[in-house]
Amino acid sequence: MTEPLPAIVLIGHGMVGQRYLEALAERGATATHRITVLCEEPRPAYDRVHLTSYFSGSTPEDLSLVPDGFMERHGIALHLDDPAESIDRDARTVTSRSGHVFPYDVLVLATGSFPFVPPVPGKDAPGCFVYRTIEDLLAIEEYARTRTAGAVVGGGLLGLEAAGALKGLGLATRVVEFAPRLMPVQVDEGGGAALLRTIESMGLTVHTGVGTQEVLTGEDGAVTGMRLSDGSTVDTELVVFSAGVRPRDGLARDSGLDVGERGGIAVDSRCRTSDPRIYAIGECALACDGRVYGLVAPGYEMAETAAEDLLGREREFTGADLSTKLKLLGVDVASFGDAHGTSPDSLDVVWSDSRSGVYKKLVVSADGVLLGGVLVGDADAYGLLRPLTGSVPPVAPEQLVLPAGLGPATQLGPAALPDTAVICSCHNVTKKAITACATLPEVKKCTKAGTGCGGCLKVIGQLLPAAADKGLCGCFPYTRAELYEIVRTRRLTSYREILDGHGREEARGGEGCEVCKPAVGSVIASLAPTLGASGYVLDGEQAALQDTNDHFLANLQRNGSYSVVPRIPGGEITPDKLIVIGEVARDFGLYTKITGGQRIDLFGASVDQLPRIWARLVDAGFESGHAYGKALRTVKSCVGQTWCRYGVQDSVRMAIDLELRYRGLRAPHKLKSAVSGCTRECAEAQSKDFGIIATANGWNLYVGGNGGAVPRHADLLAQDLSDAELVRLIDRFLMFYIRTADRLERTSTWLDRLEGGLDHLRDVIVHDSLGLCAELEALMADHVAHYRDEWAETLRDPERMRRFVSFVNAPGAPDPTVKFVPERDQVKPDLAVLTVGGPVR
Amino acid sequence: MSVELRVAEGWLTVCELSSLTPGRGVAALLPDGSQAAVFLDRAGRPYAIGNQDPFTGAHVLSRGLLGWAAGRPFVASPLLKQRFDLESGRCLDDEEVAVRTYPVRTAAAS
Ligand SMILES: Cc1cc2nc3c(=O)[nH]c(=O)nc-3n(C[C@H](O)[C@H](O)[C@H](O)COP(=O)(O)OP(=O)(O)OC[C@H]3O[C@@H](n4cnc5c(N)ncnc54)[C@H](O)[C@@H]3O)c2cc1C
Ligand code: SF4
Ligand code: FES
Repeated sequence: MTEPLPAIVLIGHGMVGQRYLEALAERGATATHRITVLCEEPRPAYDRVHLTSYFSGSTPEDLSLVPDGFMERHGIALHLDDPAESIDRDARTVTSRSGHVFPYDVLVLATGSFPFVPPVPGKDAPGCFVYRTIEDLLAIEEYARTRTAGAVVGGGLLGLEAAGALKGLGLATRVVEFAPRLMPVQVDEGGGAALLRTIESMGLTVHTGVGTQEVLTGEDGAVTGMRLSDGSTVDTELVVFSAGVRPRDGLARDSGLDVGERGGIAVDSRCRTSDPRIYAIGECALACDGRVYGLVAPGYEMAETAAEDLLGREREFTGADLSTKLKLLGVDVASFGDAHGTSPDSLDVVWSDSRSGVYKKLVVSADGVLLGGVLVGDADAYGLLRPLTGSVPPVAPEQLVLPAGLGPATQLGPAALPDTAVICSCHNVTKKAITACATLPEVKKCTKAGTGCGGCLKVIGQLLPAAADKGLCGCFPYTRAELYEIVRTRRLTSYREILDGHGREEARGGEGCEVCKPAVGSVIASLAPTLGASGYVLDGEQAALQDTNDHFLANLQRNGSYSVVPRIPGGEITPDKLIVIGEVARDFGLYTKITGGQRIDLFGASVDQLPRIWARLVDAGFESGHAYGKALRTVKSCVGQTWCRYGVQDSVRMAIDLELRYRGLRAPHKLKSAVSGCTRECAEAQSKDFGIIATANGWNLYVGGNGGAVPRHADLLAQDLSDAELVRLIDRFLMFYIRTADRLERTSTWLDRLEGGLDHLRDVIVHDSLGLCAELEALMADHVAHYRDEWAETLRDPERMRRFVSFVNAPGAPDPTVKFVPERDQVKPDLAVLTVGGPVR
Repeated sequence: MSVELRVAEGWLTVCELSSLTPGRGVAALLPDGSQAAVFLDRAGRPYAIGNQDPFTGAHVLSRGLLGWAAGRPFVASPLLKQRFDLESGRCLDDEEVAVRTYPVRTAAAS
């Protein structure tokens, strides 16, 4: 006869309980033990941390934490809806509500917490809820269906989450917080104020510094309002209590185990209770550092510790940090380490912008060690800052929280973190363990990192090697920069050759796709003279690669018509040319608008009108403005020294020279530039990809700025340059960018991504640290020497002109669906004619 | 060789095969006033679908770029870039939406 296997009984199948089972399974202990789980809830363990996502469409099944077949595979007996009612430590048995008696050799308590409900009158009335389980959410959802106003008691982490959920259910929502600020545990006063402003601006009502004295009820006994400690009353039909949690230690108490004065089952560093056969883990436990942890990460660590201890291995849990990052109601909030600066002699670095609701505080020691911090409104830096806690960061900490463009632009990448830095705090995973993996799925599988709160995913993404597939698209495993090198060194000019020779296995011989075609087209175009290819982007196979804009040398607009933008270098134009533009617009019925880049845009041309329009413009001496391409758009200028009483250099001349030099240059993203004649900066040069500001001694060159959705001020690259030096530096800058940027990557994001940032860029293009500059200059010289106006070329070639028809079978006929209606003395698209005839469903 | 579409009235010649560029399309005006987009893939096979982009209403699908998904050709609308399978007309980015397709063949010019 064989010995029966030792029996483990686990009470509580919550997040930590399930983690304990997994820890046993990973260590092979499920094969050597008989395991029984008693679960009070009607469903197996689920992700409580993401409970609220139920209201944004996750189903209870999505939240499940138990892999399919896990219990069966490991021979674990799970009893749902059958809580443990008593423990008999002498007999070593547990009795459940259904009356079953389970003998154990090892007992594990993972009973979690219950929400604390302050003992106010009316707290049990219909309409009062707590926020802990899926069943709670279902009940709240059901009750809210017929109500219009709700209130949350408690403005902590969970309370705000619950408030967000109530608001999402369509209730007018208020939050009542006893402390003088929101999230008193996690954030400091400044952070609380930023949070308050943002949350109020979302339409929630917040009362701080007041308690709830009574829940008021109506004739039917249901909730109608609350009386607050300042004597006021508020109307509400639904109350969610979220005033903290208390460890569920009742079973332990009743069986005589030690519990803390303020609750929690006392355990040692190995998670053993006062009875060595019994462990307690997760939120029900009072850890040996005297704390009850209300977060999942420390619970997971306890689960691992208890599993190791069961197998006789050394592992201790002596405490954890309370870092949290959440997205509350869409506001980023994070706090980590010593967020309140309680360490002696700690110093604060604070950045606060109340307009945008951003508040960031870092706590550092006198000798520069990062101790902790609070981030509200923009918690992007959390993933990097938290692992750096406890060490002296490689750059001044303020540089990690200042917005891009303010202050020196040093960017700290995760590459700077030490191997031992903990990247995923939920699962206590170090950088070293992550970089040992090749892909995100692998990281999740091998280390579990990223499968908890998800706060670490961004940094993990940055840490993974190329295998995280930086490929341009489904067709190419290479980045744009790598493809550029392939094209350049192998002198390839045919997309097919590139796809069939260098594409992914499964894409070879195929059509490519709409992502890589224009990208490869652009690479070939920017290298064309050097490769000996035709610079004309529409020749032969190149024609099939271009976006419709490049294909028709015009910008496609919403009704299928095109706009036409002639180049006006530096914004300088003669009256005669102005008149030609006016006449052309009038004769073709085009809408005209002066653009932000000192150009005149002509809208509403049909495909078949384009050649006739351009014939007249080219005749009058205009060239294509490349407004359709990922290419140099404009070089704006102010009037400079010539006319302006402040000007110190001729900004117009310089702008014209630069625009003519770089016209037609194909790039990963469109490029804009400007030249100002003095520091008054009337041309707004600092918001451009490259901007030039005159000084008494020459020119200052700024790079990497942009307007757009995420504005960024350009950084000063070099000062007091002569004309020739300026041009040389810009040549190098542009070619280096074109060579190394990703598809559709602006110079601003490229610069932010560049390892070493501005300093590195300066090394490369000013000090030639890579020995690249001669090559970059030669590439640009090729471009300049071979520039030809695309429209003039097109008009000369009848073969090319054949594509400018609306219909292949009716070359003269205009497209009848391109129609216009009047507006403010001009025209606009008649969208009524485009009302969709009803797609085939 | 000419390219022909089947419409209500029968086979309609729209153009010479040589006026199609592999990987690009052209628009054709049909007898009922509607529009078709005709494409040639890299292997020299022609396809024809409705020219109207169901997401914007504009008649522009003929001006999109061709690509390959799971071995089948698609066109990406030049406006908002939704992709349409050239054989079935189904939108690959929204399964509720499709455009019509036309039988198409190449025939020796008569
Ligand atoms: C809405 C919400 C959001 C949260 N957000 C975060 C977050 O962002 N980050 C974070 O770190 N933490 C968060 N938490 C806390 C986190 O969910 C808990 O720390 C974690 O679930 C604790 O795990 P546990 O297994 O100890 O307890 P629980 O997950 O609560 O599991 C305990 C289980 O034991 C059962 N049980 C109790 N008594 C018995 C008995 N006698 N017999 C049988 N079963 C019993 C309970 O029914 C329960 O299912 C959040 C919690 C909630 C409610
Ligand atoms: S930037 Fe200086 S030179 Fe140019 S217009 Fe303004 S004030 Fe005059
Ligand atoms: S830090 Fe929470 S999943 Fe990694």
